[in-house]
Amino acid sequence: MKTGSHNTDWEQIARSPEFRTLMKRKRRFMIWSVAFFSLYYFALPVLTGYFRFLNTPVFGSMNGAYLFALSQFFMAWVLAFLYIRHANRMDRLIEEIICKRKEKAS
Amino acid sequence: MNTVAFTLFAVIVLLTLGITYWASKRTQTTTDFYAAGRSISGWQNGIAISGDYMSAASFLGIAGLIALNGFDGFLYSVGWLVAYLVVLIVVAEPLRNTGRYTLADMLAYRLKAKPVRSAAALSTISISTFYMIAQLVGAGGIIKLLLGLQYEVAIILIGVLMILYVAFGGMLATTWVQIVKAVLLMTGTILLSLLVLSHFGFSIVEMFNQVSAQYGQSFLEPGKLYKNPLDNISLGLALLAGTAGLPHILIRFYTVPNAKEARTSVAWAMVIIGSFYIMTTFLGFGAALLVGQEKIKAADKAGNMAAPLLADALGGNFFLAFISAVAFATILAVVAGLVISAAGAFAHDFYSNVLRGGQVTEREQIRVAKWASIIVGVVSIILALLAKEQNVAFLVALAFAVAASANLPVIVFSLFWKRFNTAGAVSGILTGLISSILLVLVSPNLMEPDQALFPLKNPAILSVPLGMLGAILGTLLSREPEAERKFTELYVRSQTGIGAE
Repeated sequence: MKTGSHNTDWEQIARSPEFRTLMKRKRRFMIWSVAFFSLYYFALPVLTGYFRFLNTPVFGSMNGAYLFALSQFFMAWVLAFLYIRHANRMDRLIEEIICKRKEKAS
Repeated sequence: MNTVAFTLFAVIVLLTLGITYWASKRTQTTTDFYAAGRSISGWQNGIAISGDYMSAASFLGIAGLIALNGFDGFLYSVGWLVAYLVVLIVVAEPLRNTGRYTLADMLAYRLKAKPVRSAAALSTISISTFYMIAQLVGAGGIIKLLLGLQYEVAIILIGVLMILYVAFGGMLATTWVQIVKAVLLMTGTILLSLLVLSHFGFSIVEMFNQVSAQYGQSFLEPGKLYKNPLDNISLGLALLAGTAGLPHILIRFYTVPNAKEARTSVAWAMVIIGSFYIMTTFLGFGAALLVGQEKIKAADKAGNMAAPLLADALGGNFFLAFISAVAFATILAVVAGLVISAAGAFAHDFYSNVLRGGQVTEREQIRVAKWASIIVGVVSIILALLAKEQNVAFLVALAFAVAASANLPVIVFSLFWKRFNTAGAVSGILTGLISSILLVLVSPNLMEPDQALFPLKNPAILSVPLGMLGAILGTLLSREPEAERKFTELYVRSQTGIGAE
């Protein structure tokens, strides 16, 4: 721990408006994305386990069940891409918080 | 014995030993040993995560499951990728910001070190052991089939190699073995998939039509392997919540310099792992059509030989030898990752911090870590020799279930719940660990299906809520002002990286 946690006023950072904005935006993304992918993911075993309609062939013999399973991969990739974009924006907010601290310190 | 296979096999052994020799010269401090000196870049770590994660069970097992059971085999593939969203969005960056070498570092940040580290070391060692026995027993069988080596010889050979990688090369050697393996595995899988698709004019629909024509449309529908949908949901939960609690995956985030690189590495891993698991469709259905189920079952009842037989059918002996060598490298990389996670939990958490209260010199800690990896390696070799005739597939399910029930709830509460305390962490880990093991002991995995007290093969659907309940009750029944006071520090640091190493 090179920076030394003793001289950092964590409470002060936590109370700052910048940190609150950061956490509000981080949390909003986290809650919505976790809710979304959990529902999408568990829809697969529920819809294939308790219902039969996904067994209808769509392209030739390729049926809805396989296509839905395949769509999970693209769902994961798209969500990961959106998260990375969001996280890069959060990085900029974090840099602002760090800059402000340094200004105050000097 | 297949001489081409044996030559390729020897090349891999020499290459990985060369890596170990190179890495051993660069491994002097504990940070070098446990975390490769934080010198791994995001994309390298991403490839290493895929190498650590795509076990022989995925490569050989899934291809076989799809070849013999159609659609249901593919359900595993889905869970194995989607789980990385939990890793990416919830745990990877905060964990990198607040820990040094092991999962317990993050927990000990604001909770009492000794009880929390002991409990976390117990769950880490249990998970690694279950996973490792499964890998080794599978490996023994596969190498016997591919190279004609005796089961015992194969286990001891792999065991000795993994001990050498970890004890001498530490995390740096382990990482590069995983990278080499991931590149070989992806090359082999892409080649096989292209050869399969060329048989159907590169039309996936045409391949599905032929599967339907030969095995009937019902082969493409769910329900052949898993009759009880609840079993499926429970397995899905274990995979989703378990991946983010697997200690050998979590320690990979400490090999990169910061949280941003940890994030990048998960993204790379998701691209590789996702592409790989989509291609299991081609391997599985390709084997069903071009090799035939009769021949696959004749070679190995569980279907593990589907991919090697497919390689033989499509590219002859050289390709069979190449795929066999890939399977061998796969096993080496995964067991090395497991050994280093178990050794780290023992040497760093239990020995250095619990027994010696952190009063250990760098040199002594490295020595203990090396000895721990040798002991972990030897114990797993012995267990794998004893488990020779056992069907160990349930051990992998158990590893995921323990990770999901014992580790993940505690990780999430520690990061986001101010009131959370030591009693909550210890009771959460223990409840999750004990309930998942007990439920598996009375499940159809080990009892006659109609007599089993717990009807599902995977306990996650019950043990995950139990683990959470244990953590919540433990927390509410005691108060720990110190843990609450230090929460702000952990929270700000985990989310911003301020003060992180």
